[in-house]
Amino acid sequence: MKRIMEGSMAVAEAVKVCRPHVIAAYPITPQTHIVENLAQMVANGELKSEFVNVESEFGAASVVLGASAVGARTFSASSSQGLLLMGEVLFNIAGMRLPVVLACANRSVSAPINIWNDHQDAAALRDAGIIQFFAEDNQELHDLMIQAYRVAEDPEISLPCIVNLDGFILTHGFEPVEVCDQKLVDEFLPPYKPLNYLDVKNPMTFGALFEPTWYQETRYRIQETMEEAKPLIEGVSKDFEKTFGRFSGGLLEKYRMEDAESVFISMGSVVGTIKDAVDELRKGGEKAGVLKVRVFRPFPTEAIVEALSGVKNVVVMEKMISLGAGGILASEIKQAFYRNPQAPKVDNFIFGLGGRDIPLESIVEAYEKTKKQDNRDVFVDLRKEALEVDY
Amino acid sequence: MKEIRIHGRGGQGVVTAAELLAVAAFEDGKYAQAFPAFGSERMGAPVQAFVRIDEKKIRARNQVRHPDYLIIQDPTLIGTVDVFQGLKKDGLAIIDTEKRPEELAIDVEAQIKTIPASKIALEVIGKAIQNTTLMGAFAGATGLISVEAIKRSVREHFPGPVGEKNAQAVQRAYEMMKGGNGGGN
Repeated sequence: MKRIMEGSMAVAEAVKVCRPHVIAAYPITPQTHIVENLAQMVANGELKSEFVNVESEFGAASVVLGASAVGARTFSASSSQGLLLMGEVLFNIAGMRLPVVLACANRSVSAPINIWNDHQDAAALRDAGIIQFFAEDNQELHDLMIQAYRVAEDPEISLPCIVNLDGFILTHGFEPVEVCDQKLVDEFLPPYKPLNYLDVKNPMTFGALFEPTWYQETRYRIQETMEEAKPLIEGVSKDFEKTFGRFSGGLLEKYRMEDAESVFISMGSVVGTIKDAVDELRKGGEKAGVLKVRVFRPFPTEAIVEALSGVKNVVVMEKMISLGAGGILASEIKQAFYRNPQAPKVDNFIFGLGGRDIPLESIVEAYEKTKKQDNRDVFVDLRKEALEVDY
Repeated sequence: MKEIRIHGRGGQGVVTAAELLAVAAFEDGKYAQAFPAFGSERMGAPVQAFVRIDEKKIRARNQVRHPDYLIIQDPTLIGTVDVFQGLKKDGLAIIDTEKRPEELAIDVEAQIKTIPASKIALEVIGKAIQNTTLMGAFAGATGLISVEAIKRSVREHFPGPVGEKNAQAVQRAYEMMKGGNGGGN
């Protein structure tokens, strides 16, 4: 049955049917509703889970690390500074190959303090060895949370996953959601069977000192696994469709790409608005399309190259930047086409930082600019008045 | 698609109103979306929230810039915040005030209706929290959402006597608007 709910509840409902043994999180706007809802479910007895109250995000990540290491299914969530405070532990979780699943309510990073949405927090963890999904709407978000557990806990993968949802836009946004049935989730997601776990009867060390003769191979293995995760993620999304009758996974989503000449590439909730922009452009005779990057890590390089075959112009719209280098998504798309004679023109636009709203007109303008001239790291809708102030 | 923008201040239940309108529209069998644009999270700060209602799935997630309908929970925002920005010419604004629309001297082409929602809320609910009352006025003025669905969403959100009183305020405002008491051109 469909119910109308905010994204935070869509996450909590998904986590509930995945039956995690341990949940630990620390409140931070705009993530707070996720764990509030889960705490309520545990208190009501709807969810039999150990809910651990902690003193910080560092503590939350440490709790799920420890719990995962003894073989528990775990969940945590954070945002922005909170995710960064978890950062050190998250690198450890990935290095220990623990399939912790987290939700990140994407929010900008301080300073200055800003509680609103962009993708800078998730971007800061792109190199950590964590699989990252980005959800467009609350339904996809709910479905990706469940798929994330399957991917993370697959014995061939055994890596943490973050499911990203745009702060406020999805966390506090109400939309109809079909909540997955517990019985079907139990079929789709078997109980977690760890390959290795901490056990007093069979002592083992996780995260031990690895000298130079050993460490590099651990990174080689994670990189190798990330590559292996690409077909596995596609497979899990097909299994999900078989079980629930709904497709909402996979590395990419193509929208009106059949004969498209100019294609937007973006991630997260703005893709919905971009689809509307594409419909408008199509009405005006433009051969426009959208390629949604649903999985940011592992980066779907080959799938992107294939999807963009025959495309002339690419308009990358991203809510993150590697300061000192430029747009992150754009540079990864460009490198995917390195020495490829069929490479399209790739232009990129940075927008929506710190929650700045992006009207349809600005999306269309980026499209038109791409057809006319070269655009590299163009900041959309910059305010001249704000630039005149000395910071 | 119909787009609604609600203006109010932190503490007036602006975000809740958007949520409950979306819930009610959904219960009427429509697709609905609601989301807030929080300012700093503090009492009294101007807050906006948005609702979209359609017969088909809604994809747009940008803020509502050209609303069909405006709900203004706090008339003191007029002149402080450009609340009427982008309001469609054939649109409608519903304002919580005891004044008649013509007394407000608002220079927009759209229709303006007023309702003493805070006064009604104070009388019926016992608190001048006008959000649910304005939802009833919205149903009466537009017919976009049924008053039954609004009352149901209000009762579900505020269980017990509080919800009952809020539903009464919804009904009263609905009837006032239905009876053509909102004024306007």
